[in-house]
Amino acid sequence: MNVDWLNFTPWSSLAGGVLIGLAASLFVVANGRIAGISGLIGSLLQRGSEGVSEKALFLVGLLISPLVWGLFATRPQIEFQSGWFGLIVAGVLVGIGTRYGSGCTSGHGVCGISRLSPRSMVATICFMFSGFATVFILRHLLGIWT
Amino acid sequence: MIKLTALIAGLLFGLGLLLAGMANPSKVLAFLDLTGAWDPSLALVMVGAIGISIRPLTWARQQSSSLLGRPMQLPIRRELDPRLIGGSLLFGIGWGIAGICPGPAVAILLTGSWQVLIFMLAMLAGMLLFTALEIKRSY
Repeated sequence: MNVDWLNFTPWSSLAGGVLIGLAASLFVVANGRIAGISGLIGSLLQRGSEGVSEKALFLVGLLISPLVWGLFATRPQIEFQSGWFGLIVAGVLVGIGTRYGSGCTSGHGVCGISRLSPRSMVATICFMFSGFATVFILRHLLGIWT
Repeated sequence: MIKLTALIAGLLFGLGLLLAGMANPSKVLAFLDLTGAWDPSLALVMVGAIGISIRPLTWARQQSSSLLGRPMQLPIRRELDPRLIGGSLLFGIGWGIAGICPGPAVAILLTGSWQVLIFMLAMLAGMLLFTALEIKRSY
């Protein structure tokens, strides 16, 4: 294993994780809800969901976060590597996969593991495994850097 | 009040994603590239997030309502079924292709890159496809 120490950002990543943890904690302690982004979006796409305004406001907060960030600091680096085709395939897989799997990195990976849910632990192992495997196959077996 | 806490929670969540580097697809892909030049930073995002939220979330399991008097709505399903496993595997493939998952996609939607717009539209299409298939299944 070959660690890329140059791009390793332990403190900002840990601090970002702490903020994410605080956000997930606030949402469950105050609103009684799980901060799972795919679940929130998915339920807004379905007719007759309850708690629409709370869910929408959480997403609005998420949506405006780069604007608020921009008031205090320069925007962090955001660099895509995929072309349009890769983005479409990835988007459809993420959309359908998170709905069938009932969650994503936030709902399963953070909230689910934190409440010690076996389903979320299994889900997290599955998407981490296929994420690692996909990058390995694309980059190292096929030589495609999406 | 619950509207304000929802908004603040979403905002904090987004700032956390931006600070952590989760909203940068290149960094996510470098984390997923175990056999390449591996950037382990994002493992620390999980450590920080879970470290903070484990106590509030395990507390929540024993409550029937939140501190603001809202019903505690935690998932109740227990079964480890093919839908959970297959869906999560598909999600991971998509995550591994583009390095972006639903939270960061929302968090960087307003930064104006065409890539995130395409990803978001495709993701919403995937979610709507799921909903359509579910409605069909229930007939």
